Amino acid sequence: MKGNTANVGIVIVSHSPLVAKGTADMVRQMVGDTVPLSWCGGNPEGGLGTNTAGILAAIEAAWSDHGVAVFVDLGGAETNSEMAIEMLGEPRSGMVAICNAPIVEGAVIAAAEASGGASLAKVVATAEELSPS
Amino acid sequence: MIKSREGRLPSLQTDRELVLGLIEACHAVIVIHADDLCELDRAIGDGDHGTNMRRGCEAVYLDRERLCSLPLPQAIETIGMTLVMSVGGASGPLYGTLLIEIGRRLGTRENEADFATILGEAIDAVARRGRAHAGDKTLLDVLYPVQTEMLRQSALINIAKRAEVSARLTAEMKAMRGRASFLGDRSIGHVDPGASSCALLTTAICRYLREYRPA
Repeated sequence: MKGNTANVGIVIVSHSPLVAKGTADMVRQMVGDTVPLSWCGGNPEGGLGTNTAGILAAIEAAWSDHGVAVFVDLGGAETNSEMAIEMLGEPRSGMVAICNAPIVEGAVIAAAEASGGASLAKVVATAEELSPS
Repeated sequence: MIKSREGRLPSLQTDRELVLGLIEACHAVIVIHADDLCELDRAIGDGDHGTNMRRGCEAVYLDRERLCSLPLPQAIETIGMTLVMSVGGASGPLYGTLLIEIGRRLGTRENEADFATILGEAIDAVARRGRAHAGDKTLLDVLYPVQTEMLRQSALINIAKRAEVSARLTAEMKAMRGRASFLGDRSIGHVDPGASSCALLTTAICRYLREYRPA
């Protein structure tokens, strides 16, 4: 599936491995294996925190040539995700979007949208409709 | 010292001593103060700033032999990348961006700009990375004053003093970025941990450079 799926990939990034994995489990229950899915939670030692190297690996694991949507919890998750995306280099970095959406609801609805073959822009827009601002 | 004007760039051999000396100085100060930084972060954040910074500095320290064999700009950039990959918190990308940008600029524009100008551009990159501004109660509130002192060509001791004072002044600010911003007005009265680590590192670097004698 990796790299040649027709569907946008989903990556979940949380400070907590349990939150990240739990969210991924909910996504999986919803869409099965129709979307490339990966998660990264915790710091390099497995404690609470964020982890650029792990996020980079998660994006690689969920890579789709149609793009990847990333869901983050608190600030450091976003900053580290941005850093990881830049490290992908052009043109791939331009095919990854961080969604301004609640991590659980955002990931689930985005995956549902992605499983129907929607574009990255459509997947992101659907998830961001959940966000108040 | 790190000024890149022609004739003032240290030789390769000097780069080696400089990089090794700076890595050791920064590692030592973070290890000594890691618990204090966690304590500051517990007051207004998630309590792991010292642990995160120590993890990053340990990773750099363990790799010091390889790092100090690189030319200065490349060493600085590589240290920045190591911090990004090892810190495990927002401070990784922030300090990492600072060093990566400094290294890249030192490497490409050797004789066009002095270090203060390069530092200013790198700090702007950090501000963009964190989407923060001066006065938001972050490490920028130390970095910008340090850069101002460097533009004035202040003595190293005065740069260090300005960094320490600037870090203390963050206590009066209300956090606008990071976990501390969730506390709103309750963040007032506490020194920002990122500003504090930045002042510690600045002081350690200034102290090392004062003792350092180019070959």
